[in-house]
Order: sequence, then C-alpha cells, then structure tokens
Amino acid sequence: MAMAVEARSLTKRFGEFTAVDGIDLTVERGESFAMLGPNGAGKSSTMRMISTVSPATSGQLSVLGLDPATDGQAIRSRMGVVAQDDNLDDALTVRENIMIYGRYFGLSWAAARSKADELLQFAQLEDRSGAQVNSLSGGMKRRLAIARALVNDPDLVLLDEPTTGLDPQARHLLWERLYQLKERGVTLVLTTHYMDEAEQLSDRLVVMDQARIVAEGSPSSLIAEHVSKEVLEIRYPAEANVDLADLGLRTEELADRTLIYTDRGEDTLAVLVNSGRTPSSSLVRRASLEDVFLALTGRRLVE
Amino acid sequence: MMASWLLVERNLLSYRRTPAVLLSAMFEPFIFLFGLGVGLGKLIEDVEWHGDAISYPAFVAPGLIAVAAMNGALFEMSFNFYFKLRESKTYDAVLATPLSLRNVVDGELSWAMLRGGLYSIVFLVALALFGLLASWWSVLIPFAALLVGLGFASLASWATTFVRGWQDFDLFFLATQPLFVLSTTFFALEVYPEWARPIVQATPLYHGVDLIRDLARGTLAWSSVGNVAYLCAMVAVGRALATRRSAQLLTT
Ligand SMILES: Nc1ncnc2c1ncn2[C@@H]1O[C@H](COP(=O)(O)OP(=O)(O)OP(=O)(O)O)[C@@H](O)[C@H]1O
Ligand SMILES: [Mg+2]
Repeated sequence: MAMAVEARSLTKRFGEFTAVDGIDLTVERGESFAMLGPNGAGKSSTMRMISTVSPATSGQLSVLGLDPATDGQAIRSRMGVVAQDDNLDDALTVRENIMIYGRYFGLSWAAARSKADELLQFAQLEDRSGAQVNSLSGGMKRRLAIARALVNDPDLVLLDEPTTGLDPQARHLLWERLYQLKERGVTLVLTTHYMDEAEQLSDRLVVMDQARIVAEGSPSSLIAEHVSKEVLEIRYPAEANVDLADLGLRTEELADRTLIYTDRGEDTLAVLVNSGRTPSSSLVRRASLEDVFLALTGRRLVE
Repeated sequence: MMASWLLVERNLLSYRRTPAVLLSAMFEPFIFLFGLGVGLGKLIEDVEWHGDAISYPAFVAPGLIAVAAMNGALFEMSFNFYFKLRESKTYDAVLATPLSLRNVVDGELSWAMLRGGLYSIVFLVALALFGLLASWWSVLIPFAALLVGLGFASLASWATTFVRGWQDFDLFFLATQPLFVLSTTFFALEVYPEWARPIVQATPLYHGVDLIRDLARGTLAWSSVGNVAYLCAMVAVGRALATRRSAQLLTT
C-alpha cells in the first residue's frame, strides 16, 4: 500500500520568500507523525500542501498514493483536516457544524445526523450539541474541530497545532482522544511547538527550523543522538563568573540558567559542589526534545 | 451542481434561526407601494410608456422589483461573503472537504440569487394585489429577477474579494447606491438629457429595470433581448473573475 504522505524536495515560496525549502518526508500508514518547530518554521505551509489547498512551488508530493495537484478531491474525501486557526462555522450550532460537514462529504442528512451524534459523544460534547460555537471554550472548540474532521472516517488526519493555547487539563483530554484514533489505525500527522506533545503522541517526528528539516527520528532516538541522557540545570548569582570548561561536557548558557548535558546529573552536580562551585539552585532532569532543538539550532522552541 | 447546492443548504441552516433578517425585507415592498399609491403617486401625473399613459406607481413599481433583486444579492455578496471569506474562514473549512473552489463560488452565487429572487417575488405579489401589472408576460418576472440577482451577485462577489476591511464597504455602496436613482427607476430614459442616456444604458441596473418593466407592461421589444444579453454577460464575467480572485485568496 502507498505511503500516507511522501514528499521529495518539497518547496513552497511566497513571492521571493521561501516558507518550505526542499524538504523530504515520509509518513507510513498507521503511523503517528509530528512536525516540531518554532513559529514560522514552515509547518503550516507544509500541512496546507498536504491538505491539497496550497499548490507546491516545486518538488514531488504524494498523499495516500495520489497527486494533490490532480486528485485533490479524491485525497480530501479520505482525509480529515484540523487547521491551525479555528475555522468552525460560527453561524451554526455545534451539532450542525458536524452535520453540514457530513453533507459536504456526501452523507445523506440521516447519515450526517447519526454521525454527528456519534462524534459528539467521542468529543464529549453531547451536552453542548445545540450551543452556538462562540459559547464554547478553547478546548471544546478544538474537540469539535477534531470531531468534524472525522465525519468521513478518514484514513489520514492532519492536525495543525491541536493543543496550542489550551490549559493542561484540556490538552490531556485531547491527547487521550488522539490516542484513541491512533489505536484505531488512523494515520496522524500533527504539528506542534511542544516537545512533550511530540513525545506523547508521535512514533516519529521531524524537527523543522527556518523552512528546513534539521533532524528526524523517534523521540528517544533523537534524544540519544543529539543530547545526553540527563540535563543538569544550574543557576549562579548574577555576579558569579564560574568556569565549567574542565567538566568536558557540552553546556548551554541561557538567560537565566546554565544547562549541562551529562549522562549522570547527580554525579556532575557532586563534582561542582566538591570543587567549591555550588550553584545557588540546581535541577537534574531527563533530556527532552527541547534540548535536541536547542542543540541543533542554538535557540529555544518556545520563547 | 449538487455539490454547489450544499452551500445553499449551509446558508438555509444558518438563517433558520434568524428568519427575521429575511422576513423584514419582505414588508418593504408593501410599505413602499402604499406610500407610492396613496401619497406620492397622487401628486405626480401619469407618465408615458411606449405611447400609453400609465399611472406613476405602475411605472415605478416594476423597477423596484429589479432594485429588490439587486439589493438582496448585494447584501449577501458584500457583508456576508466578506465575513465568510476573510473573518470566519468558513471557506477554508469547506475547501478541506471534497468541495472545490468553483463549488463554493457557484453555491454562494446561487444563494444570493435566490435571496434576491425571494425579495422580488414578494414585490411581484404586492404589485399584483395593488393591480399594477398589465400583462401576462409578468409571469416571467421572477426569472428576470433571478437573472438580475445573479448578475449583481457575480459582480459584487468579485468586488468584495478586493475589500480589505469593513470601512471599504462605504466605497462599495458609494458605487452601487447611485444606480438606484440613476437607472430609470424613477423616470424614463427620455427624461434624461441626450448625453446622459448612453451612460444610463451602460449601467447594469438599467437593464434589469427596463426588462422587468417591459414584462409588467407587455411591451417587450428587441431591446429586451439586449437587456437579457447584458445581464448574462454580467454573470459570465463576474463569475469568472470572482472564481479567479477567490482562488488567489484561498488556495495560496
Ligand atoms: N500566504 C502567505 N504569504 C506570504 N507568506 C506566508 C504565507 N503563509 C505563510 N507565510 C510565511 O511563511 C513562513 C512559514 O509560515 P508557516 O505558517 O508555515 O509557519 P509555522 O511553522 O506554521 O509557524 P507557526 O508555528 O507560527 O504556526 C512564515 O514566515 C510566514 O510568514
Ligand atoms: Mg502554523
């Protein structure tokens, strides 16, 4: 069976500006794939090309084995899209939003009604079924957008920043729903600024920065490849001028603290204490994708 | 065609909760005709139309049907189209489904046409009740009104793709409102000075007013064919331009 998504040298330009610069990526069927990157990295531009609404400037792209330039309609009929900005229909109720979407996908009114009820349950919005979209919380709107995108039982679901701006509880609820989809064998492609989200939801991911892919792999392999197992975060008083070169470890100076990449954080901390360089505060944590991004680009994902 | 109809379904669904918006416009014709009939109409002498003297209300009222079709379509393809295009991103959501951009444009044009048509049918009924129709050709007036609505919807949708903020609509209506007065709605073409007549005849509403008045009076002529051709051309050009501009905005 054809790959869910296959891109070769995929490029998107807006006039002179290059938003996506010759990226290669492959998403297998049933896989959960994430694009992690900061603002302006080109994530949405890539998603819009995959969703067939934005023509590629150059390069090859195939989605579900079809060409977006010529088979857009066939692709869209098997795909669900959750765009970055809420484009729910404000003039309609929660339930009508799903129903009319079902109609757009060719369902009869009767089928659209029963599908809407099933999806409202999935999204835990049954009690808001008759509400206007404007009265929903951010998390509810996101759940509705996802429910709506599932009205055609898609093989592939694109989610552009599904949880940006949501509180932790709303995020966890969404993650749990997305997990369920993954379990059912739906291919998920999502973008995110959040490394914990990429770690939670993706089997494999690419890190994007400035229109390019800078790393690719599973969350754990990326961490193993680019950073140490642990990170020791330390803080010294502003006036202290502490030299850490003798440790022989990679360090990263941030505005408010210093990161030391080490396989054994507690041991490294002990070395500092024993040599009279006790920090004013310290923390040992597991290395994350945030550290991978920092190591690769010298910048932080979320400023 | 079926796919485009889904946009009409969407609009019906959304107006279902606010029928007052649609209904309020339906009282207008009655108020207007009442004012014309008992007020203004009494003060103004009969006017000449194709050699016959007819009452002033009988002259003005058919033109108002064209105006109603124009206004219904304009309202829909200005504020509402702009909102869905730029603010609520309704069409971005639609384009993530199997529907195409062409379906979106055609669907919205159909809806605007139907809305304009609905207003004008109410007007037509009012005219019949006030005894202002003189010919059986009048049964074709709804079709003429739909054509007028579709013509204005097509051009207006194209114009609206250039609107960048709500304040731009002042300009939009600055361009469309003079048509109401200028298009032989209130006086026959012969009343205008000679030099102004070609200008009047070049404006779109003139052709709607002229066509519908000829149907109401049973005075169809070769000029009526010209009217229909003008309106059809307006639809074809407006629709093509609107589709192209919408593609530039929505599928970049
Ligand atoms: N229609 C457009 N016209 C011009 N430039 C655009 C357009 N769409 C996107 N861009 C530019 O392309 C770059 C990449 O944008 P894109 O939306 O793909 O980034 P992103 O990774 O999704 O960012 P974010 O995390 O902020 O959503 C940005 O610099 C953006 O300004
Ligand atoms: Mg984005």
